[in-house]
Amino acid sequence: MSDNQGPVWEIFLQKKAGQPFVHCGSLHAFDKEMALQNARDLYTRRGEGISIWAVPSNAIVASSPEDIGSFFEPSNDKVYRHPTFYQIPDAIGHM
Amino acid sequence: MELTQFEDVFEGKLAKNEMVEPKDWMPDNYRKHLIRQISQHAHSEIVGMLPEGNWITRAPSLRAKVVLLAKVQDEGGHGLYLYTAAETLGISRDELLNNLHTGKAKYSSIFNYPTLTWADIGAVGWLVDGAAIMNQVMLQRTSYGPYARAMVRICKEESFHQRQGFEIMTHLSFGTADQKAMAQDALNRWWYPTMMMFGPPDSESPNSENAIKWRIKRETNDQLRQKFVNQTVPQVEYLGLTVPDANLKWNEDKKGYDYSEPNWVEFKSVISGNGPCNKQRLLARNKAHDEGAWVREAAQAFAKKRKEIYEAA
Repeated sequence: MSDNQGPVWEIFLQKKAGQPFVHCGSLHAFDKEMALQNARDLYTRRGEGISIWAVPSNAIVASSPEDIGSFFEPSNDKVYRHPTFYQIPDAIGHM
Repeated sequence: MELTQFEDVFEGKLAKNEMVEPKDWMPDNYRKHLIRQISQHAHSEIVGMLPEGNWITRAPSLRAKVVLLAKVQDEGGHGLYLYTAAETLGISRDELLNNLHTGKAKYSSIFNYPTLTWADIGAVGWLVDGAAIMNQVMLQRTSYGPYARAMVRICKEESFHQRQGFEIMTHLSFGTADQKAMAQDALNRWWYPTMMMFGPPDSESPNSENAIKWRIKRETNDQLRQKFVNQTVPQVEYLGLTVPDANLKWNEDKKGYDYSEPNWVEFKSVISGNGPCNKQRLLARNKAHDEGAWVREAAQAFAKKRKEIYEAA
């Protein structure tokens, strides 16, 4: 008897046209067609999305929480990348 | 990093009300506590489909039938959200299901009570889902990210469940004398089992202290139970029904109702397998799983075949 539920897939939903795809959860499925169908049944029962991405979980590469300091460090001291770094004369108003 | 540094980072997150994510370091006992709690929660959703499923074929109208079907389907969905949240902690789906099917894992004691009449479907949606919402609203801010996100999704859907239950109760309570009696009978049988859903009193709850410390729970069993009583009594009064508790009384000092504790001896007995439907529920789950084996096998074989055709082309 098979107990196997198939591999895990990560599901991303696009709520409306033009909006980014957002992770909504995961599920089990044996292949990509079944992953899409399961995602439709599980995550869009109330019109939560108009488009679905299903990605095998093991294809996702993630940064490590332990490296959070060193990994993102290069951008931390570059305040000049932010608009508020620059002085604009009051006479110019909003820019 | 040294272990103490990991602990500091973890404690720091809790102190700042930040969420813990799957790849973050966490104490073993935190992980164990979450696996136990999330899997029990998932099992409760799945087993919870059974008492309501009992009435799908006997729903009194087509409208009632499609509503009940949609609700039971939601419960299945909730179970799946929660299983995948538990799996992020390093336990497999097969292991989780096996723990349920062998009786090793627990599920909410409420689902070991039978749904004898159509009014029970109203009472379950209104009271049982109402109590579940109280707990789940709190859990939307639980400290483990995947659990909290599953809860946000679930809470959005639960509201429909409670409202459809209350609608059934209003139809019966404002119907014929027989219908009203049926509603009262359902309230009589579901009131105390629902009160038990929040768990034992704080003074006797073995897991509460850690759950609060780790911000898994933010309110205690007794606090949630009190909130539930305060919210539900006016609804009972609206229906013209009576809470089966002679000691129920408004207490102006605490701005809440005084109430009788449920029978905790019964609670322990039901939890340990001796409720009216424990055996029936486990048998039904095992039967569904075993009889579904061919579906899993066929899906697997179909995926394999499709892959071979794709690779050959």
